[in-house]
Amino acid sequence: MEHINEGAAGKTKRRPPVRKTAKTDWKEKIMHGVFFMAAFTSILSLVLIVIFIFTNGLPMMFEYGLTDFIFGTTWNRTTFGLLPMITGSILVTLGAVGLGVPIGVMTAVFMAEFCPKRLYAFLKPAVNLMAGIPSIVYGFFALRIIVPQIRGIFGGPGNSMLAAILLLAIMILPTVISLSEAAIRSVPRSYFSGSMALGASHERSIFSVVVPAAKSGIFSSIVLGVGRAIGETMAVVMVAGNQPLMPRGLTEGVRTLTTNIVMEMAYASGQHRDALVATGVVLFVFIMIINTTFLIMKTKEAK
Amino acid sequence: MTSKLMKGLVYASAAFTFGMLGYLVIYILINGVRFLTPSLFSWQYSTSNVSMMPALMTTLMVVAGTLLIATPIGVFTGFYLVDYADRKNPVVRAIGMATDTLAGIPSIIYGLFGMLFFVIFLEFQFSLIAGILTVTIMSLPVIIRATEEALIATGMPIRQASYALGAGKLRTLFKVVLPVAMPGILSGVILATGRIVGETAALMFTLGTATNLPGSLFASGRTLSLHMYILSQEGRHVNEAYATAVVLLIFVLVINALSTLVSKRLAGGGK
Amino acid sequence: MSRTTKITVRDLKLWYGDFEALHGVDLDIYEKEITAFIGPSGCGKSTLIKTLNRMNDLVENCRIEGTVELDGKDIYSRKVELNNLRKRVGMVFQQPNPFPKSIYDNIAFGPRTHGIKNKSELDEIVEKSLKQAAIWDEVKDHLDRNALSISGGQQQRICIARALAVEPDVLLMDEPTSALDPISTSKIEELVSELKNDYTIVMVTHNMQQASRISDRTAFFLNGNIIEQDETRKIFTNPSETETDNYISGRFG
Repeated sequence: MEHINEGAAGKTKRRPPVRKTAKTDWKEKIMHGVFFMAAFTSILSLVLIVIFIFTNGLPMMFEYGLTDFIFGTTWNRTTFGLLPMITGSILVTLGAVGLGVPIGVMTAVFMAEFCPKRLYAFLKPAVNLMAGIPSIVYGFFALRIIVPQIRGIFGGPGNSMLAAILLLAIMILPTVISLSEAAIRSVPRSYFSGSMALGASHERSIFSVVVPAAKSGIFSSIVLGVGRAIGETMAVVMVAGNQPLMPRGLTEGVRTLTTNIVMEMAYASGQHRDALVATGVVLFVFIMIINTTFLIMKTKEAK
Repeated sequence: MTSKLMKGLVYASAAFTFGMLGYLVIYILINGVRFLTPSLFSWQYSTSNVSMMPALMTTLMVVAGTLLIATPIGVFTGFYLVDYADRKNPVVRAIGMATDTLAGIPSIIYGLFGMLFFVIFLEFQFSLIAGILTVTIMSLPVIIRATEEALIATGMPIRQASYALGAGKLRTLFKVVLPVAMPGILSGVILATGRIVGETAALMFTLGTATNLPGSLFASGRTLSLHMYILSQEGRHVNEAYATAVVLLIFVLVINALSTLVSKRLAGGGK
Repeated sequence: MSRTTKITVRDLKLWYGDFEALHGVDLDIYEKEITAFIGPSGCGKSTLIKTLNRMNDLVENCRIEGTVELDGKDIYSRKVELNNLRKRVGMVFQQPNPFPKSIYDNIAFGPRTHGIKNKSELDEIVEKSLKQAAIWDEVKDHLDRNALSISGGQQQRICIARALAVEPDVLLMDEPTSALDPISTSKIEELVSELKNDYTIVMVTHNMQQASRISDRTAFFLNGNIIEQDETRKIFTNPSETETDNYISGRFG
């Protein structure tokens, strides 16, 4: 493809710097600089974020002892063992993904392959609506509906790992649906007709040919879903119970990395506050691993 | 047969997804609309009347302030990445990667950063400006990506036509490319608006949670989402929380409708 | 010979990255004539035409050696103002590429770019250009219609009018009819023959009949070289080179 841009690509080697009338030259140059500065904001922001989170969090981790911090199982105002929250985040995320991804992918299959056109005109905006609903509304809904149900069925407080898992499973649906649907739709139609021509049924062609062909796209939707689940904060804090204890069961309370920060930041100071920022460091590392996985998959897909 | 079973599961999943969404929306509306009393829109917040008016206004201020800063930066970044940058330049690659990374950072990390940097380091305290700057960084990747996609979609031919007539880069960009890319950019801005309205974690420790309308850029306030969070946490104002949820839902519906409208124009942009 | 040389290309080599697309091309283009470039795909004709108004500056990793002179002045010299060069050397592309604006704004874009703001002056230029491009009668009643709403053949004539509106000396046409139906093609051919009274025209074409019908001179390209350039009549009746003969008699390509 021809490069869309002139200035930077403008490399016809013999071309020396073009002298234009002074006025245009000046304007073009200034705006080039302005655009570059704008573009540099992203890097600057990211660098600032990394610096401020890490310089506030890392020293505490080493002062306290990295192993004690990561693998300690007790968290209170003076003892900072993060393992309950790490485990909590991982379990809640796994649960949410395990539940939400199959439902999301199958909903995407429905949208792409089985949905009547007229219905689609309603369902597509519905997915967008789902993506737009603030997490606080989801959290509140879960608090009023899911938590009492769990309390009713299993006893206990209701605010629990199960509640968090169900809530997050719903919250990752729009991400999983949109990306999976796009992946399924991008499978060349010839795959489908080829399978149909071999005598396979409509359903069989879809499930054994089209969906597998979309698997890399579906997989990246899962990775993004993981990112969304592990990073979600305000909705989870409303339903998870938030006891800083090692997860004891689906119907017991749990605290995640994100909620750990929100629960205590309002009144924390000194080493306690740094411990919460250090929680952010751990979360950041998790997210970086997930993002890198996603980026690697995206580049692979592009090839 | 397995494929029949699969088909059944597909239908069941879709039914669950949209059933759940319908349930949520209807549940919130039924429980919230009746509490949308005029007193909830009084200008003064008090412990006896937890009016959402200050929060509503603060939300608009945060949205306006953020878009005012994030839109030019994001759009200009898109300009730079698509029409100016040499893609092999490592700085340009770093900008792209930074944007991707920013897009994946959870809002609580933004909240932490905003608190450490704007609130504490720059001594802005909990304030409108600290909140706005924090969500500005959050919104950037959304606007940048939308601008990039919209600019790339305009394609090479109209640029060639413009250059071939002797138009310079700026003129080509602003007079030829931008009008075509506008709907795409706008829908990115609308998407960002939705994010800002729904944001809580990034604002809690930057904007703070003051109940009244912030009197200046350096005063604290709370957005509707924060307001709703606090009401539902306190547990004494559940009805008002429902009512706030209704207003938030209306926001989302309006924003989505706007973006559909804009993308319809995008689809019909060639006419 | 009484005619004047408008463009002189001397020993022009061009690379896309490591790939050498032109291997030292010499070419003369005469004023107020139609010069046609023919040859099989990928032989360098489009590449060469793009060097004449430096559209190759848009291509990444493109680099040249040699000279291209317009009226005796090197267009790759540092004294040349690129936008002004492109004003003097207009271009029409293979795919019609009108701006998604009104017909009027399409034509007026060039003159406005070069500083003409006066409404009545613009009106005049728009009318004149559309007349020159033989499309005035078809569009004069709806100049405010979006240029994308008319047919492909009309769009291409709008693009020609748009190029003429900046009053160029030279008009480059890169396969201007290859995306069009036969009727539109013949209209454009007629138009081009008409335009050579006022403009120097360079035209890349895949269509040998087209070249023989309308051009005065023809250059035959093969694998990045110009094998032969001469009067069109001579090229098509009595070429000096066997490759040319093979190509025009359809033995390859």
